[in-house]
Amino acid sequence: MSLMTLRELTVRRGDCPVVDHVSLQVAPGECIGLIGPNGAGKTTLLRGALGLLAASGNSSLAALPAADRAHAVAWMPQAREIAWPVTVERLIALGRIPHLPRGARLGTDDRAAVDAAIARMGLEAYRNRIATQLSGGEQAQVLIARALAQQTPLLIADEPIAGLDPAHQIATMEVFAGLAAEGRSVIVSLHDLGLAARHCSRLLMMERGRLVADGPPAEVLRPDLVDRVFGVTAFYRETEDGAVFQPMRVTR
Amino acid sequence: MRLAIALILLVATLFVISLVVGVAAVPPGQALSALLSDDGTPVAVVMRDIRLPRAILAALIGAALGMSGAAMQGYLRNPLAEPGLIGVSGAAALGAVLSIQLGLNLLFPLALPLASLAMAVLAVLLILLLAGPRGSSITLILAGIAISALTGALTSLVLNLSPNPFAAADIVFWMMGSLADRSFLHVALAAPFILIGGLLMLSLARGLDALTLGEDAAAAMGINLRGLRLRLVLGVAAAVGAATAVAGAIGFVGLVVPHLLRRAVGARPSALLWASALGGAAMVLAADIAVRLILPDRDLKLGVLMALVGAPLFLHLIFRTRKEMS
Repeated sequence: MSLMTLRELTVRRGDCPVVDHVSLQVAPGECIGLIGPNGAGKTTLLRGALGLLAASGNSSLAALPAADRAHAVAWMPQAREIAWPVTVERLIALGRIPHLPRGARLGTDDRAAVDAAIARMGLEAYRNRIATQLSGGEQAQVLIARALAQQTPLLIADEPIAGLDPAHQIATMEVFAGLAAEGRSVIVSLHDLGLAARHCSRLLMMERGRLVADGPPAEVLRPDLVDRVFGVTAFYRETEDGAVFQPMRVTR
Repeated sequence: MRLAIALILLVATLFVISLVVGVAAVPPGQALSALLSDDGTPVAVVMRDIRLPRAILAALIGAALGMSGAAMQGYLRNPLAEPGLIGVSGAAALGAVLSIQLGLNLLFPLALPLASLAMAVLAVLLILLLAGPRGSSITLILAGIAISALTGALTSLVLNLSPNPFAAADIVFWMMGSLADRSFLHVALAAPFILIGGLLMLSLARGLDALTLGEDAAAAMGINLRGLRLRLVLGVAAAVGAATAVAGAIGFVGLVVPHLLRRAVGARPSALLWASALGGAAMVLAADIAVRLILPDRDLKLGVLMALVGAPLFLHLIFRTRKEMS
């Protein structure tokens, strides 16, 4: 069973392909890190796959009717928008919108999903705070909880851990890995290759719109690829405390 | 829930007060009994044909403007948005101005609101054409600004070239907005549009809530942004076009009422829709009572009073926001 299948997905801006013939499949139970330098097309790939951008080729998610897609995948955009001063609990409950019949109020299932998302992200103390008054990092956690409350088999998050402190970055990656352990899958774009190496079961590496590597971290983070794509050398070891990856020097 | 009951009671109270206030000094008890049983006296005529349609129109127009304001603010995720932003009220005003200038309103009484409505419909078609097929909000704002500017310029042009000073004076007074001397014909003309517009806007509730997270997240939650924008434009245009057609330009309601009530509904855009409808009805009813009490013999215009009250209210909101920010 596949949660998402992309076949030759291509997104053009004018004549220039921003995402260039990308094919991949996502199976249940994967925690996938999407890595690549700025401008490599990570966000465009994710938005194209979700059907939020016009794309050629095939995306199993984009092909779904909008209402069904909202049950198949939850999306956390990079722009962390919270337009109105609503409470954290109410904001997270917005994730239940696809599950509610028109005009219906939150049922017991919905409340349970919201409570579970709050518990998973450790936001109990923030439940009644006004979301717009939280710090940027706290807002990011609330928005991740919002996406979790949608309870979809696949979660796609665009740079969810940017701007979080180290403890919350690790905790959030552990939440994603935990989802994968439960049989759900996560695709998360990120710039911290160290966290990607430690917590993801699979990495997708993009360079100028093309998917140049797809596999377990040890295969993708090869010195030659890291040098070519990111222009850095790196220290990478499997230690008894897990994988350690540290970019060291700029090579160009 | 408590808010809903409080607002409904407020609207009901103001509605009754609006019925017993007027030029003809009639004791409230007698006035209300004449309303219920047609006793053939002049009092019954005053109550049934003058004050009742006026009170109904005040409530309807206030509700239309309040709800439109809440819908626009929710859709654009901007607390400074207001119903006039899509240019429909400007177009409706242009229609009315043209009908006064051409003397159409002297031919038959409904010519003015009909011309006004027709122009509003034209503006909607133009907006939908200009805003393009994608469901983005930025093109809608740009289209609205373009149409507002164009209709404003054309209205000024009509005034500028008007050879008839009486028509020019009529135009200026009409543009100040008023509910004086309206009949049930006006109610019959405006009510269907306002009701349809209101229903369209209420259907936006879930989409507006989802938009709290931005257009991308809302689309990924299954919200059809194109359909949402179409219903928004049609709903606001029907409600505001009809309101402007029968009452002239009445500002500030759509801007201030959602502001005042936002905190009371926990900032939820969906709840703000009905709350602002009730709040808007209360505000216009109150203002229409005030114009009759403050200067009963000078025909103080509703739109003027609304701006006089609205501007300081808005200043107060600015200070409150500044205090919250510091």
